[in-house]
Amino acid sequence: MRKHALLLYALAYLAFLYVPVLVLPIFSFNDSQFIAFPLAGFTTRWYARLGADTAMLHALGNSLKVGMATALLSTLLGLLAARAVTRYRLRGTHAALGFISLPLFIPDIVLGISLLLMLGAIGLPLSLGAVVLGHLLVCVPFAITVLVARFEGFDRDLEEASADLGEDGWMTFWRVTFPLILPGILASLLLTFITSFDEFLVAYFLSGTEPTLPVYIWGQLRFPERLPMVLALGAIILAVSVALVALAEYVRNAGVKKPMVGA
Amino acid sequence: MAYLSIRQVSKAFGGPPVVDAVDLEVPQGRFFALLGPSGCGKTTLLRMIAGFETPDSGTIAIDGEVMNAIPPHLRPTNMVFQSYAIFPHLSVFDNIAYGLRKLRLPKNELKARVEAMLATVRLEGLSGRGAGQLSGGQRQRVALARALVRQPKLLLLDEPLAALDKRLREAMQVELRQLQRQVGITFLMVTHDQEEALSLADQVAVMNNGKILQVASPRELYERPNCREVADFIGEINFFHATVKAVDGDRVTVNGGLLGVVALPRANILFDAAVGDALLLAIRPEDIGFADAGLAGTLAASTFLGETTLFQVQVAGRSDPIVVSNYFDPPSKDVHLNFPPDMLIGLPES
Ligand SMILES: Nc1ncnc2c1ncn2[C@@H]1O[C@H](COP(=O)(O)OP(=O)(O)O)[C@@H](O)[C@H]1O
Ligand SMILES: [Mg+2]
Repeated sequence: MRKHALLLYALAYLAFLYVPVLVLPIFSFNDSQFIAFPLAGFTTRWYARLGADTAMLHALGNSLKVGMATALLSTLLGLLAARAVTRYRLRGTHAALGFISLPLFIPDIVLGISLLLMLGAIGLPLSLGAVVLGHLLVCVPFAITVLVARFEGFDRDLEEASADLGEDGWMTFWRVTFPLILPGILASLLLTFITSFDEFLVAYFLSGTEPTLPVYIWGQLRFPERLPMVLALGAIILAVSVALVALAEYVRNAGVKKPMVGA
Repeated sequence: MAYLSIRQVSKAFGGPPVVDAVDLEVPQGRFFALLGPSGCGKTTLLRMIAGFETPDSGTIAIDGEVMNAIPPHLRPTNMVFQSYAIFPHLSVFDNIAYGLRKLRLPKNELKARVEAMLATVRLEGLSGRGAGQLSGGQRQRVALARALVRQPKLLLLDEPLAALDKRLREAMQVELRQLQRQVGITFLMVTHDQEEALSLADQVAVMNNGKILQVASPRELYERPNCREVADFIGEINFFHATVKAVDGDRVTVNGGLLGVVALPRANILFDAAVGDALLLAIRPEDIGFADAGLAGTLAASTFLGETTLFQVQVAGRSDPIVVSNYFDPPSKDVHLNFPPDMLIGLPES
């Protein structure tokens, strides 16, 4: 009896989580302007129309630019921070890590407004660059977390062995450190890219006249006749996001299974 | 001039010195062991020679060249790490070739050198293996090959056999000894295992609490330890408190307490002793004999060691049992012990 109740609960929970998400792809193939049951028939025209929407493609381009810049910068910063944290026993490391992670717990809307105010105060124009700065605040902690985990499984003897065998610090990084933390770097790049690509509030406040994709979608919701197209777009983003996160988890774990220590 | 010359080297990590004013001279082409209990500073000293730690004071010179300011990657030393530190993302071949990059050898020459090294450490045919597919003994050989292929002036080995099981360890001891003879490179090995140090090395430095106590050949360390700590650390030994009664010619007469008055050769007194001085008489278990007369005692326990048996003999007037080793069991539990005066050595009482 209890077992059945538990199963029911689990199913209800999964339905609660995923049914709303499934509505998106289902209606994106529905041959009707109206988002209502019963379904009218199968069509791919919303997807076809997406390809012709230059404003949407422009927003997509913006999102890709912001996402890539954010991924590269936050992973680079995360790399330096993770190395410093795991390599040197510096005073205040814990406090510093806590502070870096703080933006994760500040509501995005607060973050967005404060950044907006600050940019205004120092006279920086709203732009995609501003969005990247905002996204760094959110993404660097992710990058650090992923990379610290990778560095912690790393046997320091390996770097000393490399020095012992005649390589200086730079070559040691390229020949030993980098290949061994590469899975962590890839995971960090993917996760920070996805985080930036999906982020709405900060981008909404800071993007100015150059919308990112989520901001553009938000703008389109005012036009009911464009709604099915937005659903099609949403379905694509959903699929790509899931694929990238899965890939990130895969490379992270694939790397971990290999022995990381020399012993 | 010694090949490796360490002068007054000290190192502390914010507390008491871990390496304390160490002087050490290692001759070229020999197998030298640094022996001491765990935590006595052996690894720290080795890491200073390799350049991974900086001495607080003192100098380290190799082949006449002071090393203090030279970073690890430019030193003429190579190290076999206790963890072996095999690069997990590289094959056996690439691990061994790792340190040859700067020589920019043509491909076939590089291959020849690596293959020759693989043969030397008896790993033929394994060059394509990944580091993850090696046994403990094979990892150890890769670590050795990777270091030796660079032909260092000095090979540093940090407890190279400690991670292996007993049988493999014994086999590797023999191989390591042969390998050193074959390549002729100066080996400096750190170990806490006295049997390993004595059986492998030409010369052994005994270390405790960051200080070098004695540097000598294995035989000399065993037969003529220069202090109680060394005597105690190397094998079993019995001590008796005594005082010098007379020094005449080449004999020294001492009042040996339970042992009575004994005259031992002057050469057996390992310090400058004068009449009235306290000294510690020491004798190895195998030098004490069972006899018909002599110090009377009772057999308290025995440990069969195969060839010999170790007996614990309790005597009146002494709390520690006397340890005797012999091939045969004594006829009864009541025994008499004979201490040949020539086998007694005199150490400073400290
Ligand atoms: N980097 C370090 N920081 C602080 N203490 C250290 C460091 N390295 C070694 N020690 C301390 O120095 C002492 C000697 O260590 P070590 O040289 O490793 O001894 P051994 O190799 O003889 O066992 C130990 O008490 C150890 O805790
Ligand atoms: Mg050690």
